[in-house]
Amino acid sequence: MSYYFAIIGTKDNPLFEHEFGTSRQGGDGVARFREDARHMNQFIVHSSLDIVEEVQWGGGQMYLKHVDSFRNSHVFSFITGGNVKFMLLVAPDTHNASRASSASTARSSTYGQVSTYNPTAPSTEEPIRNFFIEVYDAWLKTIMSPFYQVNMPVKSPVFRGRVAGAAKKYL
Amino acid sequence: MAASSTGLRYPSNKKTIYDRNINRTKTSELSRAAFAYLFVEMITYAQRRVTGIADLEKRLNTQGYPLGLRLLDLLLARTASSATTSPANLRPTRILPLLQFIHTTLWRHLFGRPADALERSAANAAEYMISDNDPLVNGYVSVPKEISQLNCAAFVAGVIEGVCEGAGFATDGVSAHWAEGAGGGEDMWPGKTIFLIRFREEVMEREEILGRAG
Repeated sequence: MSYYFAIIGTKDNPLFEHEFGTSRQGGDGVARFREDARHMNQFIVHSSLDIVEEVQWGGGQMYLKHVDSFRNSHVFSFITGGNVKFMLLVAPDTHNASRASSASTARSSTYGQVSTYNPTAPSTEEPIRNFFIEVYDAWLKTIMSPFYQVNMPVKSPVFRGRVAGAAKKYL
Repeated sequence: MAASSTGLRYPSNKKTIYDRNINRTKTSELSRAAFAYLFVEMITYAQRRVTGIADLEKRLNTQGYPLGLRLLDLLLARTASSATTSPANLRPTRILPLLQFIHTTLWRHLFGRPADALERSAANAAEYMISDNDPLVNGYVSVPKEISQLNCAAFVAGVIEGVCEGAGFATDGVSAHWAEGAGGGEDMWPGKTIFLIRFREEVMEREEILGRAG
């Protein structure tokens, strides 16, 4: 599974982007987006923002769960108190060929079935919630910096490390 | 991490802001004298080259605004992590929870006690008032007679404005006023200050739609 994570500011401006692959089931944590479809991720996430703005006034939850799907990509969202959106695009692998290089070939067979990926199942939602909450913790620390102003891109390598760490831990 | 190649400089204790605990509150009380001194300096700084009271209050407001944006997220996260019953992170989506958050949570964090009153303006439905009988920020500020209109709690008004706008409740400004002539309590509390919050039309519209949806 491949993931594309973006933090979107209050003016729909991207503040942070990160791509990674799953570390579960013997995954090596490298994103495997098709090179010709990679730029689509930004478009898909951007178009999902409209839906986030619709549902954000619903229950007051920060974790908005699964908000949108486009073909084989599913978008999950989390919104902070300050209206900054965390968007996570999940793309289950479309072909087993890319998994062949993986060390655990035995497991990849149970893993490669795309049709079984259910974005609203609790087993899918929970790890993503944990991921978001850990990123939120790092995000809070970022905005606590007196030198950080709202809607400023985040360039800190430490922050990127925290996101990567949360991704490795939960996804 | 190759600190030299990224140009990243670590503090001498090797602890970046990311290594600090976000929930450490026990020992975080600050000296009031230090705050008073700092606040006086902030007022002096804001007072340079201002044309009038409104201008000065605007500057104080601007100083408080970013503080509100930060405190909103910080306090929401802290209340979420301390509530053992519901670990869900909640954001205020309606006006009342937002104002209660300001009145209670924010005030308690900043001044160690909740604000004294929260009212809705009788004249205008989009206006709300939070009053504080004795604002901590004004404790050591004595305003000269010729600018007696000035209320340095405009700084706190800026914090409130930051919280409201950060949460997605656009305002036409939050201002701090002396309670004189507003009736009630000004004899007992000479320093009583009213923070007037004016929400924008679109916020009221949304509030109405959300109210109808239940």
